[in-house]
Amino acid sequence: MKPVLTLIRKDLTLEFRRKYALFSMLLYIVATVYISYLVFNRIEDIKTWNALFWIILVFGSIQTAGRSFVQESAYRFTFYFHYIRPQWLILSKVLYNGMLLTLVGFLTWMLFGLLIGNPVKSPGMFSLTLLLAGFGFSGVLTLVGAIAAKTDQNATLMAILSIPILLPLLLTLIQTSRMCLTGQSWGDASSFLLVLGMLNVLISTLGYLLFPYIWRD
Amino acid sequence: MKKSWWKILSFVLILYSVIWGFLGDVPRLPILNETIRNLYFHVAMWFAMLGMMTASLVYSIKYLKSSSSAHDLAARIFAETGLVFATLGLLTGMVWANFTWGAPWTNDPKLNGTAITMLVYFAYLILRGSLDDPEKRGRLSGVYNIFAYVLMIVFIGILPRLTDSLHPGNGGNPGFNSYDMDSRLRMVFYPAVLGWILFGFWVTRLRLRLNALRTKPVDELFENLQ
Repeated sequence: MKPVLTLIRKDLTLEFRRKYALFSMLLYIVATVYISYLVFNRIEDIKTWNALFWIILVFGSIQTAGRSFVQESAYRFTFYFHYIRPQWLILSKVLYNGMLLTLVGFLTWMLFGLLIGNPVKSPGMFSLTLLLAGFGFSGVLTLVGAIAAKTDQNATLMAILSIPILLPLLLTLIQTSRMCLTGQSWGDASSFLLVLGMLNVLISTLGYLLFPYIWRD
Repeated sequence: MKKSWWKILSFVLILYSVIWGFLGDVPRLPILNETIRNLYFHVAMWFAMLGMMTASLVYSIKYLKSSSSAHDLAARIFAETGLVFATLGLLTGMVWANFTWGAPWTNDPKLNGTAITMLVYFAYLILRGSLDDPEKRGRLSGVYNIFAYVLMIVFIGILPRLTDSLHPGNGGNPGFNSYDMDSRLRMVFYPAVLGWILFGFWVTRLRLRLNALRTKPVDELFENLQ
């Protein structure tokens, strides 16, 4: 487990050293939320709020997680290849991106609350949904990002490859989030939260098993 | 003759399902009426598609283990045949839905599942197109194929159970779920499914052989050079 923690710390250090990536992500969220604010002002309709929130979050996540393999220099890959088991690398990347994307989720929520309105009736359940969303997105996007990084058209392929396989997760998330917005009880939402948890486990397991094949060059 | 028994079986089963599908007796159900016969054609397409996608998955796994280009090629061609079945399933479904539901496309979990499945496999083919090195192409698209297949199965398997579907047998609609699927329907439906799956394997084999013939001059040239 120790090498995974070291790798996560390395990613964190790099992120803070090159602040532009962090700020570009922040700027993306602020800009898109602000555009929605200019168009809608306050959103009372739950359906619109839900749709807008998840569209902004999905594209923000694709932007954020998509660069996690591109930003590593080629020399560092050679170094990893000789010293690290590929499973450690994918685990560290998924955990790191998961934390980052969860943060992005909460930031988007905060900005929405500030500008557009916060109709969430059960904040606790919504926080759990955002956490599951962050790590689920991270699992899919890190693996697809690793595939896309090996091709020439990284940015285009990232969207084409990840959106269709994100949809099962996304549709479940949107349904769960609708329940949070209308203030359903934990008992009603439990089946959805369970499916989300299972999808998370499934995605991480697949990533863990398949990543060594992408890695071998 | 010995090797082609399954091709003959496929032909006979499809012929039987077409003839008996139109002549045979079917249960009289409200709303569905005679359109219930679409079960033999429309639903059989989906089973054939799933069969092809599963074969594609098996070859992708084989490729990751063996790195032989034949396995990679088979994975691609099976996925392409699967997409043809998906298109046919979509068309037969849309004609049927236009009569039964009054619209060719509705926001139904099964339809969304299909649309996403097709998007995933088109993305798979685009990924293949963007990679030039055959070894790398096989490896990366194989990983994507496995990842996408598992998530797709989860999607078609779980999500329709969380929401209601307009499809017969769901949400109180008359139809043929496991309890009231009539034995008269079964007698045509199961042979039709088997027939179309075998037909899919046949088409795929023909395309694989065609591909081998096309690349033969290049392979021979390569061997002569070595």
